[in-house]
Amino acid sequence: MSGTLLARIMRDPSQVEALDADGWTGLIAAARAEQMVGTLGHRLDGLPMPGAVSRILADARASAAQGRTAALWEAEMARRALAKIGAPVVLLKGTAYVAAGLEAGRGRSIGDLDILVPRDAIDGVEAALLSAGWEWVKPDPYDDAYYRRWMHELPPLIHRERDRMIDVHHTVLPLTAPITPDAAALVGDSEALPNGLRILAPMDMICHAAAHLIADGDLAGGMRNLWDIHCLIGEFGTDGLEARAAHHGLRAAVLRAARLAVDVYGTEIPDAWHRRNVADTLFKRRLLARDGWGRKTRKLTEQGFYVRSHLLRMPPKMLARHLWTKWRKGYRPVG
Amino acid sequence: MTGEATRYRAAAPDSLRAVTLDAMVALYHRASGQTHVVASPVPEILEALHPDPLTLDALLAQLSGRFDIGDADVRALEARVEELVAAGLVEAL
Amino acid sequence: MRHRFDVRIGPVGFRVGSDWRGPVAQLETLYRDYPRPEDGIPDFTVRLFAARPWRRVVRPSVMISGDYTIPDAAPLPLRLGLLAAEMGMNLQMALAQRRYLLLHASAAERDGRAVLMTGVSGAGKSTLAALLMARGWRLMGDEFALIDPETGLVHAFPRLISLKNQAVAVMEHALPDGRFGPPMPDTPKGDIRHLVPDARAVETMDRPASPALILFPTFGHEAAERPVLPSESFVRLTQASTNYLALAERGYDALTRLVTTVPARAIDYPDAQTAVAQVETLWEQTA
Repeated sequence: MSGTLLARIMRDPSQVEALDADGWTGLIAAARAEQMVGTLGHRLDGLPMPGAVSRILADARASAAQGRTAALWEAEMARRALAKIGAPVVLLKGTAYVAAGLEAGRGRSIGDLDILVPRDAIDGVEAALLSAGWEWVKPDPYDDAYYRRWMHELPPLIHRERDRMIDVHHTVLPLTAPITPDAAALVGDSEALPNGLRILAPMDMICHAAAHLIADGDLAGGMRNLWDIHCLIGEFGTDGLEARAAHHGLRAAVLRAARLAVDVYGTEIPDAWHRRNVADTLFKRRLLARDGWGRKTRKLTEQGFYVRSHLLRMPPKMLARHLWTKWRKGYRPVG
Repeated sequence: MTGEATRYRAAAPDSLRAVTLDAMVALYHRASGQTHVVASPVPEILEALHPDPLTLDALLAQLSGRFDIGDADVRALEARVEELVAAGLVEAL
Repeated sequence: MRHRFDVRIGPVGFRVGSDWRGPVAQLETLYRDYPRPEDGIPDFTVRLFAARPWRRVVRPSVMISGDYTIPDAAPLPLRLGLLAAEMGMNLQMALAQRRYLLLHASAAERDGRAVLMTGVSGAGKSTLAALLMARGWRLMGDEFALIDPETGLVHAFPRLISLKNQAVAVMEHALPDGRFGPPMPDTPKGDIRHLVPDARAVETMDRPASPALILFPTFGHEAAERPVLPSESFVRLTQASTNYLALAERGYDALTRLVTTVPARAIDYPDAQTAVAQVETLWEQTA
C-alpha cells in the first residue's frame, strides 16, 4: 500500500534506498494524492535518488514555494482590506504555518485562506471584504442560511480578480457540533506577527489541527493534517497541551491525534498518552488507504467516515433536513 | 474629501522587476508573484510613492514637477492610483 | 489497475492505467516507437476507470483522472478510450507541468530553429504543424511547446497529432502513407483522428531548438499579416500558457526573454495550404 509506504518514508527518509522504479512511482502518486509531494520533496532533499525523481521533487518544491508566495500575498491583501476595522485577524492552518516560518509549512500545499475573527466583528469583516473585491461563491439562499446558522464560518468568498477563496471563521468547529471550543480564548491568546496579522498560541494551534483532523473533517487529506500535528508537537512540545485541549473540549481529539501521529510518523509524546483505543486502528487504516496508483482503497471505511463526519457536525434531524434539501435540488454525494 | 487625506505607499523597488517590452513595461511583483503590463506614468507613480507615502495632491505636485503631464487632474490620478491599490502594488495607508 | 501503458513524450514520462484493455492496446500500437519514461519512473499518472464496477461492462464509460484532476471531467464512451487517454495526459500537463513554461502552441523546426504557432482552438495550429511536417519540417508538437527557463530553448512534445473535422481529410490527402489512429466520429470536439508524428519527429524529440518566430494564426480571412509588438505577444502568450503564474519569476524571465528576442507576426489565412505558404515566406524573411 502506497499510503503506508509514504508514511514510512516520511518517518524515515533513509528507507528510500530500498525503492525500485515502481516503489518510487507509487510513492510519488500517493504523495500527490495526499497533497504532500512538496513536503516529501523537502524531506528527501539531498538524499541519493534516480534523476527522474530528483527532477519531479525539485518541481514539487518550486511549486510549493510559489504556493507559499500566493498564500502569504492573499493574507496580506486580507490584512489591507481589514486594517481599518481594527479587529484581530488570526491566520489558521497552512497560511499560519508559512507566515510563522514553522516546520509544518515547509513544502506544504495551501488552499484557501482561513482566518478567525471575533464573532462580534464578523459583520464588519464581511462588509470590508465585499468592498475590497471579494464576492460570494454561491448565490444559493439555502446554502447561505445554512452556513450562517450552523457553520463556523461565513459562506465562502472568492476574490474576483485573484480567484482565491477566503473562509472567515468565528469559531473552529460548527455551532452544531457537540464540542464548542473557547473561540474567545483562541483569539484572546493569539500572538501577533510583525505585520499585525496573528497566529494561534502554540498549544491552541495543535488543538485546532487535531480538531480539524478528527472532529471536523471526513479525514480527506488526513495524512497531511497529521503531518502538521507531528511537526507542531515536534516544534512546540506538549507542555500544557492536555489542559488546554480539555479547556476546549478537545482532549479526546488531541490525544487521539497524538497517538496517531506516534503510530504513523513516530512523533514523541508523553508516555501516559500511549494508552490505545480500538478505534485508533480504524482511523489509521483510513488514513493510509491509498494504493500504488494514488487511489483511495477500502471504500467501506471511507463511507463510514463520511457519515460520521456529518453526524459530528450536525445533530441527526438537522442532517436529514440538510440532505433532503440537497437531494431535492439534485445533489448526489460524491463516491 | 473629509478628514485626513489618504496617503499611498508603493511596493519597494527591490520587490519589483521590470523589463521594457516596447511602450509597455512588464513588471514582476515578487511579493504577489503577479505580473503587470503597464505604461507610463505607472512606473513613475510607483517610484514617487516610495519610500515615503504621499497624498494624491502631493503626488500630483511631484509628478507635474518632474514630468510633462498634460492633463494634470487629481481625479484621473486617483483612478490610476486606486487601480494600483487593487493590484496590491500600492497600499492605501 | 488492470492494464498499464508507459511512454515518454519529449522530456515527460507518463503512466496510463486502465480498467479496459482497449485504450491501452491502441496506445501501444500508436506509440510503439516511443521510449519508456526515464529511470522507469513516469512524471505523471493517468487513470481511466469505470465510475461503478458494473460500468466496466454495462454501457462502459471512461472516467478520466490521475495525479491531478478537475472535478467536472466528464466521462467518455469506451469507443473514445484513446481520446480519454490523450485528454488525461494533456490534463496532467496543463495542471501540473512545472519544469518548462508550457505554451499552448504547435511547433516545427528547421536548422535548429523553431517556429511557434499559437491561437485559440480552431485556429488550425495542429493542421499547420502537420502540414509543415509533411513538407519536411521536423514536427516538435501540435499542442504544447515547452520553453526551458534556464536556456530559453524550445523542447519538443510530439504527442499524437489530434486532427479535427476537415483537417482529417486534408492530412489523409497530404500524407497518404501516414500512420493514422482509428477514426473517432462524434466526439465532444467533433470528428477526431490521430496522426502519428513521423519517424524523424520521434527519433529527434530529445533535441531542443532555439525559438526563431512566433505566429498567431487566425483562420477564415483573406491572407494577411501584421507584426505583433512584444507587449501584445507577451499578454497573448500568458493567456496561452497554463503555468505562467505557477512558474513565478522563472516564468517571467522565460517569457520576457522570448518576446523581446523573437519576432512575432499575426497571420490571417483562408485555407491551410495558403497558411503553409505564408509561414514559409515569413520564415525566409524573419528567421
